[in-house]
Amino acid sequence: MSTFLRLVGFLRPHLPRVALAVLLGVATVAANVGLLATAAYVISAAALVSFLGALVIPIYLVRLFGVSRAGARYAERMVSHNLTFRLLADFRTWFYARLEPLAPARLLRYRTGDLLSRIVGDVDELQNVYLRAVAPVAVASIISLFTFVILYEFGPSLAFATLGFLLATGVGVTLLVRSLARGLGRKQLELRGELNARIVDGIQGAQDLLAFGREEDHERAIAALDRRLGRLQGRMAFITGLQDALGDLMMNLAMLAMLVLAIPLVAGGEVRGVYLAFLALVVLGSFEAVQPLGTAFQFLGRSVGAGERLFEIVDAEPEIEDPKEPLALSEDHRLHFDRVSFSYEAGGEPVLEDISFTLKPGRRVAVVGPSGAGKSTLAGLVLRFWDPTSGRITLGGNDVRGYAQDEVRTLIGVVSQDTHVFNDTLRANLLLARAEATDEDLQTALAQAQLCGLVERLPEGLDSPLGEQGLKLSGGERQRLSVARTLLKDAPLLVLDEPTANLDPVTERELLDAVYGLMRERATLVITHRLVRMEEMDEILVLQGGRIVERGTHEELEARRGMYRQMLDVQRELLATS
Amino acid sequence: MNRELLRKVRSARVSLGITVTLGVLAAAATIIQLAFLSRVVDRVFIEGANIAEVGDPLIFLLGASLVRSGLLWGREVAAQWGAVRVKAELREGLFAHVLRLGPSYTRGERTGELTTTATEGIEKLDAYFGRYLPQTFLSVLVPLMIAGYVFPRDPSSAVLLLVTGPVIPLLMVLVGSYAEEHTRRQWRTLSRMGASFLDAMQGLSTLKVFGRSAEEGEKVARASEEFRERTMTVLRYAFLSGLVLEFMTAAAIALVAVTLGVRVVSGNMPFEEAFLVLLLAPEFYRPLRELGAHRHAGMEGSAAAERIFEILSTPAPLREGSETPAPGSRELSIAFYGVGYTYPGSDRPALSDLTLTLEAGTRTALVGRSGAGKSTLVNLLMRFVDPESGVIRANGLEITDLIEKTWRENLALVPQRPHLFYGSVLENICLARPEASREEVERAAELAGAHEFILRLPDGYETGIGERGMRLSGGEAQRIAIARAFLKDAPVLVMDEPTSSLDPESERAVQAALERLARGRTVLVIAHRLNTVYRAERIAVLDDGRLAETGTHRELIQREGLYASLVNAYGGVPA
Repeated sequence: MSTFLRLVGFLRPHLPRVALAVLLGVATVAANVGLLATAAYVISAAALVSFLGALVIPIYLVRLFGVSRAGARYAERMVSHNLTFRLLADFRTWFYARLEPLAPARLLRYRTGDLLSRIVGDVDELQNVYLRAVAPVAVASIISLFTFVILYEFGPSLAFATLGFLLATGVGVTLLVRSLARGLGRKQLELRGELNARIVDGIQGAQDLLAFGREEDHERAIAALDRRLGRLQGRMAFITGLQDALGDLMMNLAMLAMLVLAIPLVAGGEVRGVYLAFLALVVLGSFEAVQPLGTAFQFLGRSVGAGERLFEIVDAEPEIEDPKEPLALSEDHRLHFDRVSFSYEAGGEPVLEDISFTLKPGRRVAVVGPSGAGKSTLAGLVLRFWDPTSGRITLGGNDVRGYAQDEVRTLIGVVSQDTHVFNDTLRANLLLARAEATDEDLQTALAQAQLCGLVERLPEGLDSPLGEQGLKLSGGERQRLSVARTLLKDAPLLVLDEPTANLDPVTERELLDAVYGLMRERATLVITHRLVRMEEMDEILVLQGGRIVERGTHEELEARRGMYRQMLDVQRELLATS
Repeated sequence: MNRELLRKVRSARVSLGITVTLGVLAAAATIIQLAFLSRVVDRVFIEGANIAEVGDPLIFLLGASLVRSGLLWGREVAAQWGAVRVKAELREGLFAHVLRLGPSYTRGERTGELTTTATEGIEKLDAYFGRYLPQTFLSVLVPLMIAGYVFPRDPSSAVLLLVTGPVIPLLMVLVGSYAEEHTRRQWRTLSRMGASFLDAMQGLSTLKVFGRSAEEGEKVARASEEFRERTMTVLRYAFLSGLVLEFMTAAAIALVAVTLGVRVVSGNMPFEEAFLVLLLAPEFYRPLRELGAHRHAGMEGSAAAERIFEILSTPAPLREGSETPAPGSRELSIAFYGVGYTYPGSDRPALSDLTLTLEAGTRTALVGRSGAGKSTLVNLLMRFVDPESGVIRANGLEITDLIEKTWRENLALVPQRPHLFYGSVLENICLARPEASREEVERAAELAGAHEFILRLPDGYETGIGERGMRLSGGEAQRIAIARAFLKDAPVLVMDEPTSSLDPESERAVQAALERLARGRTVLVIAHRLNTVYRAERIAVLDDGRLAETGTHRELIQREGLYASLVNAYGGVPA
């Protein structure tokens, strides 16, 4: 309930529009009721009068209703959709603003699979809260009230009976169907999820299935799941069909009840007979407003579900907060890790343990080790995406927690393979790193990052769109884009996170030349599992299971015959064929 | 409407027939019900009857209402059941066909699109088949039936209905296509702006690094606002067809009503009939309105169905084999003679004029840059595709003469990135031989160097892995695949070594296990490691789809060709 109220709160700034949209929605239904009911009155009255002049006003009304319905409906759709997209903009802006301080620590957990897309889907779902949930309920209530008032003029019993049927349809049938479908819906989702997972599994694993001649087994497993799902959906069809059928039945029963109650009133002279057809059609017409309530409640449930998931994400405390009075950055850019340990969850498995090292201008430190050793977490700590669980990181002698996060990050350039390519032009993707850069700067950076070939290949040069909707970059190009951005940013501290993974040896060598040129005066942290040009490092830390197991220069470590030497031996085995 | 769907899926025709029949019957019940309603009103209003005198028609009215609701229920159930069966039939058919098309079709960029079509695409048929398709029939049949009923009672109203009836869909199509033209031009921009929010979220870490994340919030707001403005201009047109529909129906009903009124006043028409015609007029237009409501689902489903049938009609890349028995021998030697293959849609051959013999019991290492044709050679040997030119013989027998399944029984494949299926470790190894005993599986795992790490997993052999289970490292997945190959125990081993280095422990275990596995078999290995090429009796170097050179490591190093340059890339290895 509180989630629902929070969602409805988003409607507050748009109250005039909401009111207008509801009004137009009511007008749409009312025009239809009015058209049929007054038409019925015209025909009834025509049976009593002998010249048409007496019917001028009702005939005029019939025409008015006939014409106005379409206009009201069109206007209602325009206003309500406009409102919906305003809400979408509100929700997106709100969610982004709330998420931004939590990112990326909180967001990184959602990076696997499509969870991020699901968040976006949830935000999009919320836009329906007015159009598909609030509006139908508001319109249904107002129309029910109008119907009640009109019928009350003719007889309270008619009004109360009809209102009862309207409520029974809008609320009763909806609740009945929901309670019948409760368990089934969830089970159906689960089964469908499992079936889809099997299909995806089979398509992704087609090679292995065929190689082992197991394709029929997998097909049989899918068919079996399909049959189970089919049986469930068959039962579900009875229930969803029931919703429409009961809604229809209630409408006709309401009309019948009205006739049974009204006929004695007509016979008794309390209601004129000329209104009987009119009354029947008012009742029939008013049900147009309550029949969509079943779907409205479904959408309401979905919106509340989506809202709950989103509120849970953004209601979290940020993992990193800026101090009230942040220190000013000094000229001393020495970065020091002092016995740093880190785990993602409080009390969880430590990912890094007891890590100490120093980065200062001109010094190069490499962190190497097998995958899963905690190397990338180290980069996250340098960038202050997280704070250490114990130990401390100092910058210029002061704990980094004393600085504003954004300030610290201005000092750090990062080359990494999971740099994001935005759905925008190449230029915009580069300007991200330095907004005031000239085209000349951009070209220089691109050339140094070995990306000239890309620019030549692009039809519109720097203005060509990249990313999802434009040109998709290969893994290597993406890394080089990251290098170009870092060149533009020109920061005194460098973090190179697997700068040459997925590159062929020739490109690797060329790119390393550019990157190592960058390093000259800077403090550099190289994180890698490829042991290339390690001779140029001042210190190499060998990480395994989150701990430093060896440290020293290339020569020292190669002579020691430990982990580093083993990695070197494995690598020397590789042919340049990837 | 998708004719292929009806032609190919039998259950679709049956349930569609039932749904439409029930829909027509429900419309008939509606006519009867409204006839009784007009009778009751007529008796009471014109003839002054009291409630007891209209008891019978009221009972009939109730009966007709009950029957109508029942029929509507039946119609919905029949439609849903039909949709369920059509979806199941297509889903299974699609999956089987995709497997028949094989890994050379499913791999790479296409995997995502195929899985989306097989899951979400199929679901889109739900509304299309369950609602839109029956409605297209009903929107013709029901109005005709109602007009047919009205005609003898009131020919002029019937004519009015019959004239406006076809005009409405015609106008809607006209306005609709005008709107669509307008929409299509905006579509790309709209979908780009629609995706900008996801883009901002995905790029948040990158934005943070560059200190731009707060500014991006304004960009999100601006993009959403622009999205709204553009969408509204599109909708202004898109809603026009709805406007036409509503306007025409309401105007026609108003016109019918006024004409009826005039004729009742002049005494040309009894009240009862006039009232009935008025009641029937909205029913005449109702199916058209319902069709309009499902139009969007119809277009989506139609597009999905088109894509599904496109995949289903892609011809399988294999020739039909005959019942020729397999070369049932442990000693298999395989020969490629002038083999060439070009992937569909590509303009250059992936492999051309390749002649190569894999002698029984020897190891051949395949070396070359990425894209040189190594995987294509494996695909041909595995019969995932058949050669366009040349032949492949196994012990003298053409392998394309065999049923592909029979042929593959002779081969064990250890791919570079083996797929782990959703299930336990045990089930994953048993893929190679489902009837294998637990002892046999554990023995295979031991030989593959996998037994120990499997026992360290939380539930040992019963640990769930794959998409929704535990993730294994690259080296561990490799060893599971090797265990599969041990369990299959086929005379020919085909393997694709991992390109990047695994951690030292995995690396050693994988190498040792492969050494054991290769013993006594005919082996073709796509090599990325020096150790592997040292041990091969023969190295075949591929370049751009052609066999560039063959020989032993020593011979090829001395020749100083492509092979030597690939070996020396990381700083030189002695010959």
